[in-house]
Amino acid sequence: MSDNKSLENLVTQVRRDILRMVHKVNSGHPGGSLGCAEFLVTLYNDIMKLNDGFDMDGKNEDVFFLSNGHISPVIYSVLARRGYFPVEELNTFRLLDSRLQGHPTTHEGLPGIRIASGSLGQGMSVAIGTALTKKLNGDDHLVYSLHGDGELQEGQVWEAAMYAAGNNVDNYIATIDYNQKQIDGATDDVLPLGSLTAKFEAFGWDVLEITDGNNIQAIKDGMAEAKARTGKGKPVCVLLHTEMGNGVDFMMHTHAWHGKAPNDEQLESALAQNPETLGDY
Amino acid sequence: MKKYTNTGSKDTRSGFGDGLTELGKTNPNVVALCADLTGSLKMDDFKNNHPERFFQIGIAEANMIGIAAGMTIGGKIPFTGTFANFSTGRVYDQIRQSVAYSDKNVKICASHAGITLGEDGATHQILEDIGLMKMLPGMTVINTCDYNQTKAATLAIAAHHGPVYLRFGRPKVANFTPENQKFEIGKAVQLTEGTDVTIIATGHLVWEALQAAETLEAAGISAEVINIHTIKPLDEEAILNSVAKTGCVVTAEEHNFLGGLGESVARTLALHQPTPQEFVATNDTFGESGTPAQLMEKYGLNAAAIVKASQKVIARK
Repeated sequence: MSDNKSLENLVTQVRRDILRMVHKVNSGHPGGSLGCAEFLVTLYNDIMKLNDGFDMDGKNEDVFFLSNGHISPVIYSVLARRGYFPVEELNTFRLLDSRLQGHPTTHEGLPGIRIASGSLGQGMSVAIGTALTKKLNGDDHLVYSLHGDGELQEGQVWEAAMYAAGNNVDNYIATIDYNQKQIDGATDDVLPLGSLTAKFEAFGWDVLEITDGNNIQAIKDGMAEAKARTGKGKPVCVLLHTEMGNGVDFMMHTHAWHGKAPNDEQLESALAQNPETLGDY
Repeated sequence: MKKYTNTGSKDTRSGFGDGLTELGKTNPNVVALCADLTGSLKMDDFKNNHPERFFQIGIAEANMIGIAAGMTIGGKIPFTGTFANFSTGRVYDQIRQSVAYSDKNVKICASHAGITLGEDGATHQILEDIGLMKMLPGMTVINTCDYNQTKAATLAIAAHHGPVYLRFGRPKVANFTPENQKFEIGKAVQLTEGTDVTIIATGHLVWEALQAAETLEAAGISAEVINIHTIKPLDEEAILNSVAKTGCVVTAEEHNFLGGLGESVARTLALHQPTPQEFVATNDTFGESGTPAQLMEKYGLNAAAIVKASQKVIARK
């Protein structure tokens, strides 16, 4: 367990990492990355049971899959800050010969990543597969995944959702980053998602909401509740209400920063709002 | 010329099913996934003997590939089963990202490949799958020729680490390769020795190639028949050694000439030893309904077509 203050410090540092990574290469996805910083920091440092070091098979530990791979800056920062690889390596994000590809891959052997993601809609199936293997192995640890809300427009997600409920995959918690924005605009304008609670419940899932998904205590409480609901015959879905671009005033309340990097001036303003806490890479 | 005997026609998919049954007994890490075609894929035995290791996914092939990829994390060896069309084209991006790029130890086992699926027609046939799969970096592509070889290949791919596409078919065809043979991935099998023409065949066309070689022998033409069960990685050495003797090649496959075995052989020859080559394959077309034999005849995929192509290529030397 980690206290909220140290998690908050880590979140601030992760925000700086995200901003500096995308600024350096003038590409990447800061909006969704910032929106999920509190969640992934809390997940990796308070919620999941993790072994030391990295093992692809993830036996006897919790396993996480990032299905919306475009928020790679935040997972890279969180993994590096958790000790999976040197934080200095964040400097190589999206550069030639880097292990930190634009979207996460296993191909370059980056510790902490177990599947490539980026082409959307595939992570829930993968997570279910690993959850099934954990059951076969008698491993009672959990599988977690994170999905964009826009990503739910991919049909494969619903194939997976149907399977998980129909086969009692109850050692699995899927979290939806419910920021209601995607590249082209509001999800309601691009393709309305309708009631996600009603949809997942109709598919047979146990659904709960974290209405302030950028609040560490709310995440701790919500995920504790989610964990408590595992093992009861149903997969668990967490609707995590987040603010895209959270922590940087001009990146919030807009979809404009989905896939755009800040310029020098904007970076300076954004970093000033998030003073260094644990040391920049 | 060495002669081969059909020991009793069987479908290659039953070779897969019986191989899977054996793996169920010998390898506890093998799991099987099927998208509502358990009977067609001959996976019933495995399902009945190991219900805890059999996963009925429903008609959701994309989900099946993703689940298979995820199951490798923790050490399982997933074998997925559906028709070749639904094993490849339908789920190309899932295979590309979650299996091939992620280097997952998934065995994509595809029945009803090619045109010999027959009466269901072109929606269920596929003549593009070898090309689709061989273009994926790191993917091993195997097309077996008979029941015995398919069973042996099924056992062999479980012992091989990495993604594999195993392609086989629906109809009963001649069973002529040895029972309990050792299957070496990437190693061509020379079936007959010859000096006038090399016939490189894969899948159901291997038996046709042997029939063609007998017809050619009667006409005084000596054909060397090579069974290329592994299209990728290709046994280039076997091809070049044979061509050095014969000076011309016929490739034969139940697949479009675009993207198939023939193109892989042509590349090898172009790089190392430019040689006249004729292609027995479909000619950039979809299939249609009909009996397997009718379709093989209409689309030029039988012994007669191989004989004709051999005569043509010899004349080009």
